[in-house]
Amino acid sequence: MLRDVAIVGVGQTSFGEHWERSFRDLFVTAGVRALEDAGVGGDEIDAMYGGNMSAGQFINQEHVAALIADYAGLASERVPATRVEAADASGGLAFRQSVLDVASGASDVVVASGVEKMTDLGSEETNDALAGSADREWEVFGGGNVAALYALMARAHMDRYGTTRRELSEVAVKNHQNATENEYAQYRNEVSAEVVESTPYVAEPLRAFDCSPASDGAAAVVVVPAETATEYVDDPVYVEATEQASDSLTVHDRRDVTTLDATRKAAERAYDEAGVTPGDVDLAEVHDSYTVAEVLAVEDLGFAEKGEGGEFIAEGCGSVGGETPTNPSGGLKACGHPLGATGVRQVVDATRQLRGEAGTQVEDASVAVTQNVGGTGGTAVVNVLSDRRSA
Amino acid sequence: MTAPRFWRNIEQRYRLVGTECETCGTAYFPPRELCPECRRDGDVVEKEFSGEGQVVSATVVHDAVGDYESETPYTLAVVELDEGTRLTSQVVDSGEGERVEKGDRVEACFRRVSDQGDEGIVQYGTRFKPV
Repeated sequence: MLRDVAIVGVGQTSFGEHWERSFRDLFVTAGVRALEDAGVGGDEIDAMYGGNMSAGQFINQEHVAALIADYAGLASERVPATRVEAADASGGLAFRQSVLDVASGASDVVVASGVEKMTDLGSEETNDALAGSADREWEVFGGGNVAALYALMARAHMDRYGTTRRELSEVAVKNHQNATENEYAQYRNEVSAEVVESTPYVAEPLRAFDCSPASDGAAAVVVVPAETATEYVDDPVYVEATEQASDSLTVHDRRDVTTLDATRKAAERAYDEAGVTPGDVDLAEVHDSYTVAEVLAVEDLGFAEKGEGGEFIAEGCGSVGGETPTNPSGGLKACGHPLGATGVRQVVDATRQLRGEAGTQVEDASVAVTQNVGGTGGTAVVNVLSDRRSA
Repeated sequence: MTAPRFWRNIEQRYRLVGTECETCGTAYFPPRELCPECRRDGDVVEKEFSGEGQVVSATVVHDAVGDYESETPYTLAVVELDEGTRLTSQVVDSGEGERVEKGDRVEACFRRVSDQGDEGIVQYGTRFKPV
């Protein structure tokens, strides 16, 4: 990057069913919290990026970047506000665009946010909107939907590597356990593997408790040049790398249906840029939209060998205290998954870990990774964050 | 799916017509007008597929969206056609209690896909069935 970038403020709403709160209310709450955390005033903001997947379908509202700028009191400051979209990787992209804006020298103080208001619709309409992240003409028309497509990946992974149904359950068990200490999480209850396996099938082998929920929520972070970061806060978090990669929108066109090459490539580029290896990573917030997605994530991020992701989770390597804790926040499964907000929420939680102020805290956390995926893997964003600024 | 969006792909939906790049020999279904391997050096022509292939991965869908809700549970699979390209399709006629699995041979068949209610357009398309 042309110049190094740091995170100086984070904020979010709780995630869940906020029937009493609107899209704009959610954004304002998260944005104000992030600015208060950074000690930044509205008149200092140079630009905003908002991640949002589908306000058009969920609340029948487009042009939401100007809307959130307006309700944040920044339209009167004429702050440029840009919506970015890559299904449920929209938040990751908004963060990346914000970092690149500062890195380029174009802006000095940028707010990255993500927001989604999903529960105004019924579950059938919600699932239909979600299906828009897959190929409408050649996957959805043929009977596919996002859960079914992940189920196809899960079945192929089980066939090829012997991944078990119980290993998938252990992802949900771990993430619910982690979320019990997360005040912003949608589900703070523990679940057992038996409970996960007693819920109805969505698409075999995936059951209801393998799926992240529909949620309302927003998250925001403030980024500034690294050289000025300590003027805002004592404990900035440094963006060591932000990378993104694409793959075919359809699962069937992928090189391998058990690998997210977009994750692999984004991770490879990010590790290279940050000068770290997967072994240096102290924790990761990964995109467990379905339990199997976390199994794929730990493999494609290099924490486990290909095919051993299920075992990695089941043996506790991804638990807090394990080799590489994944989703200490509770992940999408337990935090909730307001699509466009998730990629930013991951950065918020990773920042809390690196500051040592997370609910379920990973000891001595110094290097964190976030991985945000769009749909079934057509887009992936991987960030490397650190509490220390590398030379 | 709206009528124009459906009609645009009638060739593909009714006859399994895709494309092939004559430069590198790669077959595409659904059709691509630009060969991702050769890009501007590609020479893409129409190609009709045999409709025979095998299952790469299969699931039974219990919770579906849109017109498929009334068809649950149904089998969905990634199918690799013998010409090398892959697609996602329902697998029908597999019989009560019969599981479709990786490696199973399947062939294309013509089916009604949806009728969008009493007065909606009736959509037909290619499905696959076990050989």
